[in-house]
Amino acid sequence: MSVIVLVEHTEGNIKKKSFEAVQYAAGIAQKTGTTVSAVVLGTLSNSEMESLGQYGAQKVLHVADARLDELHARAYTSALLAAAQKEGSKIIIALHDINGRAVAPRLSAKLKAGLVAGALSYPDLDNGFVIKKAVFSGKAFAFVNITSDVKVITLMPNTFQLNKVEGKATIEKLDVSFGDKDFGIKVKEVNKIKGEIPLADAQLVVSGGRGMKGPENWGLIESLAKELGAGTACSRPVADAHWRPHHEHVGQTGGTVRPNLYIAVGISGAIQHLAGVNGSKTIVVINKDPEAPFFKAANYGVVGDAMEILPRLTEAVKNFKQNQK
Amino acid sequence: MKILVCISQVPDTSTKIVLKDNNTAINNQGVTYVINPYDEWYALVRALELKEAGIASDIHLITVGKVDTEPVIRKALALGGDEAIRIDADSHDPYETANYIAEYAKTVGYDLILCGKESIDYNNGAVGAMLAELLDTDYIGFASDIQTDGKTATVKREIEGGEETDTCSLPVVIACQKGVAEARIPNMRGIMAARTRPLKVVAPAAVSSVTEILSYELPPAKAGIKMVSADNMDELVELLHAEAKVI
Repeated sequence: MSVIVLVEHTEGNIKKKSFEAVQYAAGIAQKTGTTVSAVVLGTLSNSEMESLGQYGAQKVLHVADARLDELHARAYTSALLAAAQKEGSKIIIALHDINGRAVAPRLSAKLKAGLVAGALSYPDLDNGFVIKKAVFSGKAFAFVNITSDVKVITLMPNTFQLNKVEGKATIEKLDVSFGDKDFGIKVKEVNKIKGEIPLADAQLVVSGGRGMKGPENWGLIESLAKELGAGTACSRPVADAHWRPHHEHVGQTGGTVRPNLYIAVGISGAIQHLAGVNGSKTIVVINKDPEAPFFKAANYGVVGDAMEILPRLTEAVKNFKQNQK
Repeated sequence: MKILVCISQVPDTSTKIVLKDNNTAINNQGVTYVINPYDEWYALVRALELKEAGIASDIHLITVGKVDTEPVIRKALALGGDEAIRIDADSHDPYETANYIAEYAKTVGYDLILCGKESIDYNNGAVGAMLAELLDTDYIGFASDIQTDGKTATVKREIEGGEETDTCSLPVVIACQKGVAEARIPNMRGIMAARTRPLKVVAPAAVSSVTEILSYELPPAKAGIKMVSADNMDELVELLHAEAKVI
């Protein structure tokens, strides 16, 4: 009956957001009077797997097939089904990210299980199994009740603070017999962007718009991002003008970010842009136009010329970091 | 090669969301509905390009909705496509929607099913992968480039911190995002032609929903912005540290 949670890892380390998912699973397990079985797919050290105990997993089910080091959604689905069957689980949790969004809907379809995609709350069990999620690109929230016996949830990353406790998970091997179809997709080429923080996971983001005047000024954005340890993003017109690569575009038709801090420089704040960033915890807007609509959605605002403000802000961050040491 | 493009009707991006009936429903008075941008700009246009290149023979468009969704599916037909199918059901549950589409798709047998990466109303992004499971095919999400010869597909997709190129054999379900194709504007000829193209109305298969939306909530109003002088970036950093606690 345990709660099953899919754990993601990269280069030998469990991703922070997967600790969030395990902790979330532990919260649900506590509410429903059961335990957590974390599912680890592919190659990972025992010590790393045991550390899942610090976020509430009692047990790790490890499918040690090296082919699973990269995403094979059908194989992942088969492995999670096998784990759920072994444990007699009724609740399966993944992350609302690229991997989770390829796997969780498959599980839902297979198990005739209701799916909440992008959970922002623990289930309210007093009224069924009701979970809050964002709809209309963050302009509203919906309270979704899962009415089926089996339930599948993808948790929105960066929703809950991690709270480490004492604990060590026990590791059990899980054998899954995969078919050819499970590995039907062949990966031909992987291009990782080196030296950058993946935008979707960035806790801090510095983003530039047309107010940056041209690609030659992006050094100012990058310096601030580097000083903060932030990812860099941009608005749609900037990507369309090829000042910045398309993967940096955030907004309705680009990527979505939910960092703790989003610093928007020279971005007016069109509703399409806000749709991609309104999950940010704190928003700082720097714009020379005091009437820019983005100020209405911001926590902190600075009116002035970005070319002058950015170096000052970078310097201030640098001083702050030095004083912290 | 037959392509099915999934089309979802959504409120226009600029819509202000207003709740009604004790916060249990969205007030659709004055709301303008459009084709979900990811379905239109990327999935549909890529399907049309494949037909223009002589690779695809038939492009079908499918939507799940009541009669009030017909103007939007007609608008999609004005961009192109040989016929449209409307499954006559009102669904907010991706499991239910995916089952309706899958049941219809089985009767035709498509080589390629394209959808947007998510719809901008309920933001689930789940129907594509569910369809793949129900049709026992592969699924590739977050695609930014799709090439196919009618037998196999080569797809660039987003991964964390980069991009990868995958190949797989057809049939496959692919969810599209930016890069797959460039937006098009329907021309008068397309709009006229769309009127004569068939729009089939199909009764939904017997499927029960597995989720229900009990109520909605609007985000709390921002507590008010704090302005910081452009000359005092040390103050901003201090606020971000001590007050917002983000650095």
